[in-house]
Amino acid sequence: MPNSNGPLISVKNLKTVFRTRGGEVHAVNSVSFDLAQGELLGVVGESGSGKSVTMMSLIGLLPTPPAEIRSGQVMFEGSDLLTAEPRELRRIRGGKIGFVFQDPMTSLNPVFTVGFQIVEPLRRHLGLNRAAARKRAAELLELVGIPDPRRRLANFPHQFSGGMRQRVMFAIAIACEPKVLIADEPTTALDVTIQAQIIELVRDLRKNLGMAIVWITHDLGVIAGISDRVIVMYGGQIVEQGPVSEVFSDPGHPYTQALLGTVPAVRGKRIDKLKTIEGQAPVLENSPSSCSFHPRCALALERCGRELPLKMQIRGSHDAACFLAKTEMSPANA
Amino acid sequence: MPHASSRKLKCRRQMLDEAKTPESLVRVERLKVYFPITAGVLRRKVGDVKAVDDVSFEIVRGETLGLVGESGCGKTTVGRALIRLLDATEGSVRIDGEDITEASHSKLHRLRPRMQMIFQDPQASLNPRLTVAGIIGEPIIEHLNLSKHDRLERIYELMDAVGLSREYSNRYPHEFSGGQRQRIGIARALALNPDFVVCDEPIAALDVSIQAQVVNLLEELQDRMGLTYLFISHDLGMVRHIADRVAVMYLGRIVEVAPRDLLYEQPLHPYTEALLSAVPEADPEIEKYRQRIILEGDVPSPENPPEGCNFCSRCPKVMDICRRVEPPVTSTAPGRNVACHLYAASGDAN
Ligand SMILES: Nc1ncnc2c1ncn2[C@@H]1O[C@H](COP(=O)(O)OP(=O)(O)OP(=O)(O)O)[C@@H](O)[C@H]1O
Ligand SMILES: Nc1ncnc2c1ncn2[C@@H]1O[C@H](COP(=O)(O)OP(=O)(O)OP(=O)(O)O)[C@@H](O)[C@H]1O
Ligand SMILES: [Mg+2]
Ligand SMILES: [Mg+2]
Repeated sequence: MPNSNGPLISVKNLKTVFRTRGGEVHAVNSVSFDLAQGELLGVVGESGSGKSVTMMSLIGLLPTPPAEIRSGQVMFEGSDLLTAEPRELRRIRGGKIGFVFQDPMTSLNPVFTVGFQIVEPLRRHLGLNRAAARKRAAELLELVGIPDPRRRLANFPHQFSGGMRQRVMFAIAIACEPKVLIADEPTTALDVTIQAQIIELVRDLRKNLGMAIVWITHDLGVIAGISDRVIVMYGGQIVEQGPVSEVFSDPGHPYTQALLGTVPAVRGKRIDKLKTIEGQAPVLENSPSSCSFHPRCALALERCGRELPLKMQIRGSHDAACFLAKTEMSPANA
Repeated sequence: MPHASSRKLKCRRQMLDEAKTPESLVRVERLKVYFPITAGVLRRKVGDVKAVDDVSFEIVRGETLGLVGESGCGKTTVGRALIRLLDATEGSVRIDGEDITEASHSKLHRLRPRMQMIFQDPQASLNPRLTVAGIIGEPIIEHLNLSKHDRLERIYELMDAVGLSREYSNRYPHEFSGGQRQRIGIARALALNPDFVVCDEPIAALDVSIQAQVVNLLEELQDRMGLTYLFISHDLGMVRHIADRVAVMYLGRIVEVAPRDLLYEQPLHPYTEALLSAVPEADPEIEKYRQRIILEGDVPSPENPPEGCNFCSRCPKVMDICRRVEPPVTSTAPGRNVACHLYAASGDAN
């Protein structure tokens, strides 16, 4: 039996590589993190930094080839998902682990009605009969704020707006009340009031079912409001992680600092030219041997171009992979 | 005094400029787009989804009009109808004087390079069988006569501009992250130096730094070449940054249009108020105490909009009249219109 105090999912040293005609792409490099029972873990980071690939690797959603999981371990309920049988994985996906994809059009099937696509997992994983599954499907659409849900079940995905498709994805992912929900940019196509409604729903799911959630987003405002801990990714690695209030108020990695400095505000003063982080994202041809942020880092030392910085503990569970991260050793660790 | 006279000259020029009222590039009049609802094997029509229901607005040349509103309220449909990717059910759209709604195929083909769209769903809008260079190059081949070398140069230039490494030019769309795919779509839309671009959630899939890079690029192009944008977005912070004016939609209608600063400082329509109050802030401390207006009540569907004002079923300030009479459009300041009984001059509002 898994230890009920231990993490629900524990990822160790995950490495995912794509083989392409142009050579290898090292999309995920030595990523390790834990997800506790009932926790909401926010994941932020640069576009192309490996957030989606990391999460898809966990539950075997990447086609192999071209993807290859070079190393790692993903412990869930006492077994390693990376070595699980495909059948077992299919049972877990959509059952115990729900997934909301970043791109709704790729994961909703255009030739089936929305209703069919929600009803099908309800029947397969929960064994509901047709009538009960349809009833539940309409309830789920209602939960995600889609008006006139009964009639909408008969629609095809192209008859929904972008944000409605995203909410259908969300409804499918929570349909079987999974233990873990992995949501990849689940609210990018939603306006703030409906986003607030989905966030409220997520709070209920956590409270009532103890669901653990991984929430990938570019919206730092959402992360600030809902998550307990946050992971910051850059160039296929986790460069910082910790409790959200600490990471936001006292970011340890220069990338996190730069990222937090680029958000345009709705309230307060309006700025004329938006700040960006100068320079280009790394091309991930090799597994990194130095800090991948150093070419763009204002604070870079000579050493940063030679060595790979290891995780430095800043305080408690807050750490950053940077030589400059100020550590505040607690007496117990010193 | 030479000084005074030069000032006078400038003054006169200004007056002349004003006399030549800013020219509107896009003029939308009473636009309606309905999708038929069919039933049974014979696909009998049983009703309409009124996705866009009587919408009028203008966009001045060189201006950015922000378009915001609830998910499913008809923003994408407006954008598509504006450049005739969809046929209007009623009403008209003129771009630079040319009636788009009535234009023939050959005329549309001629106008295409001047009006482009950045699509909300990047995956669905990119041909999976073409490489990035192929996708960005496609409109260039179709509409411009460039040598192979010049075309590649242009493609590289565009890739630089949206922050995609040139080394990716031979990759296929599925080999990219969500945000990288979005940037391919942006590069393609800009390939022909259009006059007017409908940007439908162009930055939703990007991290804030790359969002800023893309938005700075759009602004730079606007300054340099006088581009005009319809900027559809849920990101109210970014809309505040980029838009000159903002239109707010609710259930197929425009409920408020105003110059940017007025809208953000003092929203008039109760829906706009609720919307602005719901924007989360990137600060866990502020988030703990932020007050927002929560909308209760039935969410109406565009097939069966409520009697009177479309927002009446959820409006925190609803009055009796709102459930009976459609609110008239009232102008409260220059360029500022609101469709709400609270502001109607002759209404029985307080
Ligand atoms: N099939 C593939 N072949 C080659 N490279 C790939 C493939 N899929 C993804 N990549 C690359 O892997 C890297 C990580 O991609 P991933 O989708 O995880 O990024 P992300 O952090 O989710 O970004 P975004 O915020 O833009 O969605 C990217 O640089 C991407 O180009
Ligand atoms: N092809 C179609 N057939 C039937 N209904 C449609 C079609 N396209 C859109 N609709 C409906 O029209 C309404 C408006 O959709 P639209 O895509 O314009 O919304 P939107 O404002 O862009 O929303 P979002 O912010 O979620 O992208 C929705 O109710 C949608 O279901
Ligand atoms: Mg992604
Ligand atoms: Mg849309």
